[in-house]
Amino acid sequence: MFSGRLEAQYSDSRQQSETAQLGMWVFIATEVLFFGALVFSYFIYRFTYPEQFALAGHDSFILLGSVNQAILITSSLTMVLATRAAKADQQRALVLLLSATVALGLAFLGVKGYEYAKDVAAHSVPVIDYVFKPGYRRPTEIFWCFYFVATGLHALHLTIGIVLVALLAVRAAQGAFSPSYDAPLEVVGLYWSFVDTVWFFLFACIYPLGRAG
Amino acid sequence: MMHHWLPFWPRNAALSASVIDTINIGEFALVLLILCFVYGMMLVFCVKYRRGSAVPRHETGQKSWVWEIGWTSGTLAAFLVLFVLGAKAYLFLYKPPSRPDLELYVVGKQWMWKVQHPGGQREIDAVHIPVGRLVKIILASQDVIHSFYIPAFRLKHDVVPGQFETFWFEADRTGTYSLECSEFCGVQHAHMIGSVIVMSVADYARWLANQGATESLAQQGFALARRYGCTGCHSASSTVHAPSFDGLYGSVVHLADGRTMAADERYIRDCILIPSTQRVAGYPPVMPSFEGQLSEDDLVRMLAYIKSLSEGRSP
Amino acid sequence: MSATTAGLPARHPESQSESYLGDEHSLGSWLFTRDHKRIAILFFASITFFFFIGGAAAALIRLHLVNPYGTLLQPEVYNRMFTMHGIVMVWFFLIPSIPATLGNFLIPLMIGARDLAFPRLNLFSWYLFTLSGFIALYFIFIGGDDTGWTFYEPYSSNFANGHVIAAAVAVFINGFSTIATALNFVVTTHKLRAPGMTWFRLPLFVWAIYATSIVMLLATPVLAMTLALVGIERLWGVGIFNPALGGDPILFQHMFWFYSHPAVYIMVLPAMGVVSELVACFARRPVFGYRGMCYALISIAVIGFFVWGHHMFTAGISLTSAVVFSLMSFIVAVPSAIKVFNWTATLHNARISFDAPMLYALGFVGLFTIGGLTGLVLATLSADIHLQDTYFVVAHFHFIMVGGTVSAYFGGLHYWWSKITGRHYPEMWGRYAAILMFVGFNLTFFPQFILGYLGMPRRYYTYAPDLQTWNVLSSAGASILAAAYLLPLGYLTWSLFFGKRARANPWGATGLEWRTSSPPPAHNFPHTPTVTERPYRYDPRDGSFTTQDGAHFAEPAGLGLGLGAADV
Repeated sequence: MFSGRLEAQYSDSRQQSETAQLGMWVFIATEVLFFGALVFSYFIYRFTYPEQFALAGHDSFILLGSVNQAILITSSLTMVLATRAAKADQQRALVLLLSATVALGLAFLGVKGYEYAKDVAAHSVPVIDYVFKPGYRRPTEIFWCFYFVATGLHALHLTIGIVLVALLAVRAAQGAFSPSYDAPLEVVGLYWSFVDTVWFFLFACIYPLGRAG
Repeated sequence: MMHHWLPFWPRNAALSASVIDTINIGEFALVLLILCFVYGMMLVFCVKYRRGSAVPRHETGQKSWVWEIGWTSGTLAAFLVLFVLGAKAYLFLYKPPSRPDLELYVVGKQWMWKVQHPGGQREIDAVHIPVGRLVKIILASQDVIHSFYIPAFRLKHDVVPGQFETFWFEADRTGTYSLECSEFCGVQHAHMIGSVIVMSVADYARWLANQGATESLAQQGFALARRYGCTGCHSASSTVHAPSFDGLYGSVVHLADGRTMAADERYIRDCILIPSTQRVAGYPPVMPSFEGQLSEDDLVRMLAYIKSLSEGRSP
Repeated sequence: MSATTAGLPARHPESQSESYLGDEHSLGSWLFTRDHKRIAILFFASITFFFFIGGAAAALIRLHLVNPYGTLLQPEVYNRMFTMHGIVMVWFFLIPSIPATLGNFLIPLMIGARDLAFPRLNLFSWYLFTLSGFIALYFIFIGGDDTGWTFYEPYSSNFANGHVIAAAVAVFINGFSTIATALNFVVTTHKLRAPGMTWFRLPLFVWAIYATSIVMLLATPVLAMTLALVGIERLWGVGIFNPALGGDPILFQHMFWFYSHPAVYIMVLPAMGVVSELVACFARRPVFGYRGMCYALISIAVIGFFVWGHHMFTAGISLTSAVVFSLMSFIVAVPSAIKVFNWTATLHNARISFDAPMLYALGFVGLFTIGGLTGLVLATLSADIHLQDTYFVVAHFHFIMVGGTVSAYFGGLHYWWSKITGRHYPEMWGRYAAILMFVGFNLTFFPQFILGYLGMPRRYYTYAPDLQTWNVLSSAGASILAAAYLLPLGYLTWSLFFGKRARANPWGATGLEWRTSSPPPAHNFPHTPTVTERPYRYDPRDGSFTTQDGAHFAEPAGLGLGLGAADV
């Protein structure tokens, strides 16, 4: 994998690289629609039940969410810097930065897991273990349903990203990448940035609710 | 089905049917015209320009824009005419009437139609109505989405759980017509069938009197309002400051978040079930939700009661 | 700028034989292939299988409906039968039919490429399709469900007794197969065109698949999310669409139809592309208004995203939104009308042969026109009040999907059969089947327009006795249609073993796919072609033609007799 071999349908590696990047952009477009449908239905209910959603949102752990936000942004930085390192043929920096990205991604998952544990302890798991506090009604459960589905899907996408970046790190350590062959870094970097961007939107939907004013 | 002058034309028993039939006949005529044109051209060309024919062909030019713009504009114009005619009729047919002669309440459930007349008369899978009167129907579902369809009136409206739907019709011919459910709702969807019996006004009055109904829907609703404590807050003598029911239905309400809404059937239902989404301006936000406590039949009775306090008003 | 594949070696070192079929024969060479042509055949096998499963369901339904009090199927079984028919036909036959078989086979050939951009992704798409197919078969085997292919809430989450989750999972995974294929087509069309193949020299089939792919990419994810939410609601009882728990069933309809309306364009756009190829070749003249056809394809794809509300005119949506959706529905019909006029105009000043593919193409134009015009009736707001959820709608969409897409699919299969298999099908049998299909189809579905106007609702296992005549006519037509579908199964299979061997360009067509052998070698072209001509350079005066890479030939002698004697 990531060998840089020229496939039969391409005339040169530049064409192969550009095509791979276009492919990732198109894939990201489909993911935007996928997450977009979820966020859209979230907003429908948020505007139908603003008070209930505010109540529920207030129970989310904004500190943990913010820490994760910082982790993920930093990981995007390390990913971009890794791509730059490959272009500048800085092999050691490349491997370190890719490893840092993986570590940060794992850290995100760790924090998220801790946050889930706290959500469970607070009985915010819809249907399975949900306690309606005074004044809370069904729409709060809809909020938490959205929370778990959205963050769960995001975590799944992030995990796939971590695996990909880890693979890149291994291949980088074997010297696979160079200024003339860095297409996989660009493509995976694009995916990583997308996963980061999704988190921006999810953060905005989940954490600031019920805390303004 | 009885016959119109076309051998298999369905029966026409209402004003709405005439409106819709007219539009449809016009559309089918246009469809036929376009079909004849297209099929005709295809046939003519297929014969004239078949490979074996000696008709002279010329070099294929590239100047097709004139034709294309021509038939694009023509098509667009024809379609827009159809759209406007259809939309106008739809707005007429689907806008709730301001002054219905009669309001009926229909609750659809798997797999029957429960119909209630304002005087408390009830029937199942049958709707008795007077001819020549503007009838408004409020639809509610107890479980899944159904659709209240009267082919002879060419009308249907989906019956959606969680909200009231309204529509109206005016029958212009007496007789018995079929009522069908036209949204798949389970195993016996095909048996959720009833009859619409259109009678003369006098016959209808006689029928009403013979049903043995003792309490009107509004009266039943008032009993519910007392039982659930609505009148505890919403009456003049209450210590709690709550909007009065008198004249409420059909009025314009100003909500706390700045919106104004017409107090129609949907508004009233949402007030009862999800009051937190419709806080009225100038009143304390203390009304509890009755979600899960009232069946569709109960909601219908309460609605009838509240409407009875606004005689003559409409949203 | 076209990305070029010029300069590739004359013969790819890995391929020894002249045909992609001949290199290797092992099962593994098929199941692990990366050759787009073999993957197309894999898809062809899968969808043909599902076509007959869905067709069997249709046969049972029509047999049952011969009698108004039919006892062939119990009500519960009938309801599950039409659900299975819809799910299988839409997602396991119609949507992949032309794109995944003809598209996969032809797109690289038509643009002069060696393969698609991502061959492994192509194979993965078939794996996903197969996985979803197994889940669908499991779902059918354990009893199916009765929600209809539309999964309306709250019935599907809270009231249906069948295996809704299994159906949703099957469709969910199927959706990813669609997305993978579409991604491949879009990227390939952008990046792998041969030198000289500019956008406005692309065959209309490529444009059609491209437009289809855009729709697939943007619409399918919404379906995936919607079905995922339905599944979550059914499994865990959260109120997303269930009003008893605070949800909105109309929101489900909006989200579902936001995908499902573009889905019908996914099903018809490829067919339009096929028809353009066929009509041009058999009328021996360029398609009238090529650029208009391109713009029409893209317009349909784009505008098709803004009309979904016309499925909800009677659902209680606001009058304003209903008016807007009706207007958009009329507007989207305009480019379709343009295409019909252009195909008709292509028959003018032409030199028409009536080989089987052309008969299918003409059948498409005729039946699609009826289907499209009745769509206008349904788009008309007040007319729709009466006709929504009746057999009128059933007839309308079958005219387009079956009379249209399936006709075009069969036409394309026949047209490119020699290219794909290297054999000719028996021509007269092909023509008989085409005519039989047209007759059988009309007899099956035209009475359903009448049934709809008479007020027979959809999804009814029983009906008023005075509607029996029309139902019997429809069922009689269905038996003829069944024969018309079984015939090609027979003679196409026969042709694989006994059909006359085909040369490179038996029809005398202009596309690049005809400039290589029938069947093509593993890497498509010995040398990457250079494109110098726009498509469809046929001359109706003598039937001669110029291929897209600039070679000029006389009309093949056997055209019209279907014997294809061209020697190119």
